[in-house]
Amino acid sequence: MFKSQAPPIFRATIDTDKCIRCKRCIQNCGWSTYSWGGDRVQIDTSKCVNCLRCYHYCPTEAIEILKEETRFKDNGYWSYNHIRNIKRQAETGGIPLTGMGCDREGTILFDHLMLDACQVTNPSIDPLREPMELKTFLGKKPSKLEFTKDKNGKRKLVTKMPPNLELAAPVIFSPMSYGSISLNAQKVLARAAKECGILMNTGEGGLHEDLKPYTSNIIVQVASGRFGVNPEYLNAGVAVEIKIGQGAKPGIGGHLPGEKIPLEVAKARMIPVGTDALSPAPQHDIYSIEDLRQLIYAIKEATNYKPVSVKIATVHNVAAIASGIVRAGADIVYLDGFRGGTGAAPGIIRDHLGIPIEHALAAVDDRLRQEGIRNEASIIAAGGIRSAADAAKAIALGADAVAIGTAALMTMGCTLCGKCYTGNCSWGITTQRPELTARLDPEVYAVRLSNLIRAWVHELMEVLGALGVNAVESLRGSRERLRGVGLDAQTLDMLGIKPAGR
Amino acid sequence: MFEIDAKDKYYRDLNEEVRAAVDSGEKDIRLKNVNGQYYLATGLRGKVNITIEGVPGNDLSAFMDGPTVNIKSNAQDNIANTMNAGKIVIHGSAGDVLGYGMRGGKMHIRGDVGYRVGIHMKGVKRQSPTIIAGGTAGDFFGEYMAGGVLILLGLDSPEESPIVGDYLGTGMHGGTIYIRGPVQQKYCGAEVGVMETDADDKKVLEKHLKEYCADLGLDLKEVMSRPFKKLIPVSSRPYGNLYAY
Repeated sequence: MFKSQAPPIFRATIDTDKCIRCKRCIQNCGWSTYSWGGDRVQIDTSKCVNCLRCYHYCPTEAIEILKEETRFKDNGYWSYNHIRNIKRQAETGGIPLTGMGCDREGTILFDHLMLDACQVTNPSIDPLREPMELKTFLGKKPSKLEFTKDKNGKRKLVTKMPPNLELAAPVIFSPMSYGSISLNAQKVLARAAKECGILMNTGEGGLHEDLKPYTSNIIVQVASGRFGVNPEYLNAGVAVEIKIGQGAKPGIGGHLPGEKIPLEVAKARMIPVGTDALSPAPQHDIYSIEDLRQLIYAIKEATNYKPVSVKIATVHNVAAIASGIVRAGADIVYLDGFRGGTGAAPGIIRDHLGIPIEHALAAVDDRLRQEGIRNEASIIAAGGIRSAADAAKAIALGADAVAIGTAALMTMGCTLCGKCYTGNCSWGITTQRPELTARLDPEVYAVRLSNLIRAWVHELMEVLGALGVNAVESLRGSRERLRGVGLDAQTLDMLGIKPAGR
Repeated sequence: MFEIDAKDKYYRDLNEEVRAAVDSGEKDIRLKNVNGQYYLATGLRGKVNITIEGVPGNDLSAFMDGPTVNIKSNAQDNIANTMNAGKIVIHGSAGDVLGYGMRGGKMHIRGDVGYRVGIHMKGVKRQSPTIIAGGTAGDFFGEYMAGGVLILLGLDSPEESPIVGDYLGTGMHGGTIYIRGPVQQKYCGAEVGVMETDADDKKVLEKHLKEYCADLGLDLKEVMSRPFKKLIPVSSRPYGNLYAY
C-alpha cells in the first residue's frame, strides 16, 4: 500500500513519563489509534480524529492531541481541505463524506442579530420571582374562536380545537434514527424529552421496543425508505413527521452505511444485515404538493387525525414550498437550515447546498402571514441552533419552536469530530458496535441533556424578562425586537428587521 | 355480508363507516358504487374481508395490517403503500407506485401495472411481502428492493415480447424478482443479476402462483408453462466504494 498524500490532520501524543501503561486509551479509542507495543502504547496518528475520548479517560493526563504541524504550505485561496480532498479523490475516485453540519466559516446571521431589552420607559421582568410562560403548542390554530352563552350567561367555547402538541419549552430534539445513532443515544433523548416535557423524534429507523415507555414524548418519522413504518408505529407517538429533506443534505437521500447495520438495526429496518440502508432522495409517491397532501391524509386516516409535520431542507424557494406544505394539510412545517447536522453527507452537498435557517425562517413566516395561513401550521426551526440565544432569535424571526440535534449529542460526549458515518464513534453515539454503545449510559447522560434544556429554559426566561414580556408567545414573530449589526440593506430587508441604531 | 353504499360519499365519511363496521365486529363488508374515494382500508387492522365494487381511488390499503381487500375492477395509484399484512386482489389493472415500502402481505393483480411497482419492498425471514402482476409493468419495477418477492407474468403478451420496462431492479439490495418472459441485462439496474430459475425457484413460484390462480380463476399449469427469469442483487453494497473518506 502506498502512503496517502493526504497527511494526518492531528497528532496524538503520549507523554511517556506520565503514562502509567493502564491501556485505557487503547480500550477507549474506537479508531484503533493506539495499540500495545509490549512496553508502551504505540500510536498510529493517521487514525486519530480528535474526538478526545482518550484524553478524557487518561488518568494521568499523559495524552495531548495536537494539530499536525506538517501541513501543506499556507495558501489564502487553496484551503487545507481543498488540497487534502483533491489528494484523497485522486487516490480513491470517491466522494469526500462528512458528518455533522457544515463547518465552513462565513456569515452566521444569528451572530449579527441583537435582541432588544427594556430600559427606563418600559419595565423588564424578573423571571426568578415572577411568572414566565414558555409553554408552547404545536399544530393548527383556529382562525377564529366562537363562543356561546349558557343560561347563566357563562361563555362556552364551541370551536373545535385542532389537535396540538403541548411542550413545556419551545425546544425539541431533532430526528435521529436508530441506526444513525445508537439505541442508548435514542434512550438519552427519550428520557430527557420526558423529563423536560418536550419531544424527541425517532428519525427514519423504526421505534425500538425499549422506547415504548416514552411514546407520549415521541414524534415518529416516515421517510422515503419507509424503515420501521407500520400502523402500530404510526399510532405510537404523538405526531407523525414526513421527512422530505434534511438541511445538511438537501435534495439527496439518507445513506446509512453497511458498517452501521448489524442484526438489530437490520431487523428494525427489515433489510439485510450489512447492506447500505438507502433512503432515496425522492419519495417516489410525492412529485407534487397534491401528492404530498395525499400522503399527509393517508397518515391522518391511519392515525385518526394526529398532527402531521413535514420536514424540509431550506432551499432557495422555501417560502413557496412551505406555503404548499401548509395548504397540503400539514400541522407543522419543520425547516432545517443548511448548517444542520447529519450522520453522513457528501461534503459538497453539506457545504454548498441550501440556505441559512435565519433567511428561510423569515421568508416562510412572511409568506404564510401574507397568505393569511400562518395559523394553519406551526414552524419548527432547526439547522444550527447552538444556544438559547439562537433559539430566542429564531423565535423572534417567526419560529414556534426550535429543534436541536448536534447540541443534544454534545451532552453525550460528542466533540464534533465529524466521523459519524464510519460507525466508530468512541463516545458510543453514532455507532452500533456493542463495546462502544455500552459506554453511553442512558440514565447518566439523560441527566446531562435535561440539564442543558433546563439551562436553556432559564436563559430564555432571562431574555424574555429583559424584553419585558412574560410569555414566549409575545416574542414569537416579533421582529421589532431584533436589530441587525453589520448586515447590508438587502439582508436586513429579507430578514424583515431594522439595522441597529434605528 | 354488511353492505355500505359509497355513492356520492366523501372518503372521510366512507372510511369512518368502514372502520365503525370493522370495530363492531363485521367480518365481511361490501362497498357498492365506489367511485374514486381515496384511502379505502388505509390503516385498517384486523381480520376482515372487504369487497369493493367500482374503482377505488389512490392510496388504497396504505399501512393496512391484516384485512383482505377484493377489487372487482381496475384500481389506481399508490396501492398498499407501506402495507404491513393482509391481501389485496385486483381483478383489473392498477396504476403507479404499488406496494411502496411494502413490508408484508400479498397483492395479486390480474392485469397490467404502471411505473415503480414494488419499490423499496422489505422483508425479514417470517415477514415477506409478495406482489404478483398478471400483465406487463412499467419502468423501475422493484427499484431499491430490499426484500420480498415480485412476480410479473405477462399473461396477455406473446412469448418473447418484453413485458417489463427499463431500469428493472435499480438499487436492488435484497429480495427476488421473477419475470415470466425475456429480460435483457441492459434494461436492468447495475446492481441486478439475471439468472435462470432452478427447481427451488419453481417450488417458490408454484407456492405463490397457486394462490394467485385460485384468487383470479386462472390455470396454474398454463401460468407455469413459460420459462421464468430470476433477478437478485449481485452486491449487498453496490455503493460501498463511492466515498473517499
